[in-house]
Amino acid sequence: MIQTPLSAERADQDAASRTAVGAVADAATQADADEQASLARLVSTSGERLPNAELDPWVAELDAAAIAELYQDMAVIRRLDAEGTALQRQGEIGLWPPLLGQEASQIGSARALRGDDFVFATYRDMGVAWARGVRPSDLNRVWRGATASGWNPYEVNMAPLQVIIGAQTLHATGYALGIQNDGADAVALTYLGDGASSQGDVNEALIFAASYQAPVVFFCQNNHWAISEPVGLQAHRPIADRAPGFGIPSMRVDGNDVLAVLAATRLAVERARTGGGPSFIEAVTYRMGPHTTADDPRKYRDPADLEIWAPRDPLARIEALLRGLGAFTREFEQQVADAADTAAAAVRAETIAIAQPAAHELFEHIYAEPHSGLARQRAEYLRYLAQFEEPTESGQPSTDGGAR
Amino acid sequence: MTVMTLAGAINAGLRAALAADPKTMLMGEDIGALGGVYRVTDGLQAEFGPRRVMDTPLAESGILGTAVGLGYRGYRPVVEIQFDGFIFPAFDQIVSQVSRTHARTNGVVSLPITIRVPFGGGIGSAEHHSESPEAYFAHTPGLRVVSPSTPQDAFTMIQQAIASNDPVLFFEPKRRYHVKGEVDVDRPLADAAPMGGANVVVTGSDVTLLAYGPLVATAMDAATAARAEGISIEVIDLRSLAPLDLDTLAASVQKTGRLVVTHEAPGFGGLGAEIVASLTERCFEYLEHAPVRVTGFDVPYPPAKLERHYLPDLDRIMDGVDRALGRVGAEAGAAS
Ligand SMILES: Cc1ncc(C[n+]2csc(CCOP(=O)(O)OP(=O)(O)O)c2C)c(N)n1
Repeated sequence: MIQTPLSAERADQDAASRTAVGAVADAATQADADEQASLARLVSTSGERLPNAELDPWVAELDAAAIAELYQDMAVIRRLDAEGTALQRQGEIGLWPPLLGQEASQIGSARALRGDDFVFATYRDMGVAWARGVRPSDLNRVWRGATASGWNPYEVNMAPLQVIIGAQTLHATGYALGIQNDGADAVALTYLGDGASSQGDVNEALIFAASYQAPVVFFCQNNHWAISEPVGLQAHRPIADRAPGFGIPSMRVDGNDVLAVLAATRLAVERARTGGGPSFIEAVTYRMGPHTTADDPRKYRDPADLEIWAPRDPLARIEALLRGLGAFTREFEQQVADAADTAAAAVRAETIAIAQPAAHELFEHIYAEPHSGLARQRAEYLRYLAQFEEPTESGQPSTDGGAR
Repeated sequence: MTVMTLAGAINAGLRAALAADPKTMLMGEDIGALGGVYRVTDGLQAEFGPRRVMDTPLAESGILGTAVGLGYRGYRPVVEIQFDGFIFPAFDQIVSQVSRTHARTNGVVSLPITIRVPFGGGIGSAEHHSESPEAYFAHTPGLRVVSPSTPQDAFTMIQQAIASNDPVLFFEPKRRYHVKGEVDVDRPLADAAPMGGANVVVTGSDVTLLAYGPLVATAMDAATAARAEGISIEVIDLRSLAPLDLDTLAASVQKTGRLVVTHEAPGFGGLGAEIVASLTERCFEYLEHAPVRVTGFDVPYPPAKLERHYLPDLDRIMDGVDRALGRVGAEAGAAS
């Protein structure tokens, strides 16, 4: 599965030799199998509950109803994700980065947090935002280009989604230093991708976190791709292996197993909360969709890879687990369908209703204190716009329209 | 003559440069199999192999820092920064290393690094995808900064940038990527106009209007619109932002006596400020009115639904022309 640039090159050079190409393909299949075998896991792809001495205690109290809740969360965000793509296709939002395949990573990790913990996530982490209580349409206000940020970070204890790859990991570390200084027992959790692990910022964050033993958890969703680049270009060994070099304990979990992700994150969060310092979790998952709605993965990846990953689906195995527990009833199925429908209908209606921001909003919130230069610019521009406006009934020119 | 898009012309120029010199190589995120998010490097990895067209790890400082080392080793790295807003992780390497290695080594080591940057707004994109960071680099001694506005210039100037022994920031107007134009692919590079020269694209006598990259087309539209009102605008495409071709610009201002400069970047401390100051110093006694800047406002590039208010458009440029003509009643639509 992990393609290294080296193996790709070798495949090029030996293109004439079918056996050599076959050998590379076999090596990739073997690497994928080895990777899967190495992951901490609590639920098999067929829904069997697997024992794991380290993780079991952290989900021991979960009954069928609690597992069903996790399932419902995943089903709802999968539906919201599909709605995001549909809304983009219909021109209601500008761009959508699908999370399809990463539901367990996002729900399992975010559900391990307390309300007073703080999250620094990325553009793909809609499921995390959902779990924090962000209204999905507030995310779409950003994707629609109506606002810079859709929510008050302090209301949900989650920073706006970050687009600059890796930057948020330092922010989480700094937030954790603040928690530490305050003598509080909250934790900062930051999300990053496999691609992000190459950024200087991420490596600097790991150093700061280790130096001060900050209460921060690094949660890496290794979805195998950074746009078109396979994870092998970013890391020659498992990404989780890097953290111990910084003095940070790490764990590699099956990112498509919501119980394993929840357990690992609970473990790491508790370690941070009780003065045990930072942890690093690599959740091994797969980006089943395109990078964003603007991307065409056929340019760079073999569709056959999807067939390898489809049976590892995060929802299917929990459905099977719940069936085994007798908890995947008709009523439950209906309840999940209703919840997904309701959420999807709401995000659609609310997204379509998002208003065009008024011209003056261009100048709002740039500074916390009055700024004479910007105040003058704002006044001049609004005066300029007013020349194009028909006077309204109140006699006040509206400033919402464009110049033409 | 071949008809090409601006993006296609850069692709053709890169292909020519790779073919001409085995030391030329491309580096960047997603430039290989994908061919770049704008397909500017499409097909080049298949043609020249993964060591000459390298997909790099996701680390801009890493890309520029290793380009410096490759430069020491005699290579000509052509680096792609995926979007304007992602150049800042590399800012330290560009400003502290790329720009001054030649000076630091008393001229012994030159770093012929070309840094390609799709830049500018108007494409309805997400945060950090529509920025105009050129002034930071024009402000940095040791760097050359250019921006083509036509497929022909894109084709020629990318090859000239790669051939230059200095580091060159090559700002590609991404909202013009799909615009088509005729390109003479056979003319020898040696016969082309130098990369550092400005180009008078519309001759006129009443007002000099300076633009570059994405706004050249809008400036030409302004000249057309003004002509209908009996105003003759001379439009100059700067092409080179650092150094500026002050001789060409000053000759125009001395002829017209009026100057308007437009760019998407915020006005405060922007290139317009430098251009207006330099031309005022040179042409003070010829000026019949204070020069006018029509620029982006001094705010972070806004969310997509507000960008039409941020970007200089035909109306705001016409308003700026009116002000340069001293027309009564003209309202300030400019950013400064
Ligand atoms: C500093 C920076 N460089 C480049 C980009 C462009 N870019 C956006 S997403 C992406 C890939 C990120 O991959 P990864 O970190 O694995 O996260 P994923 O998208 O797979 O969730 C790139 C290169 C960016 N947003 N920021």
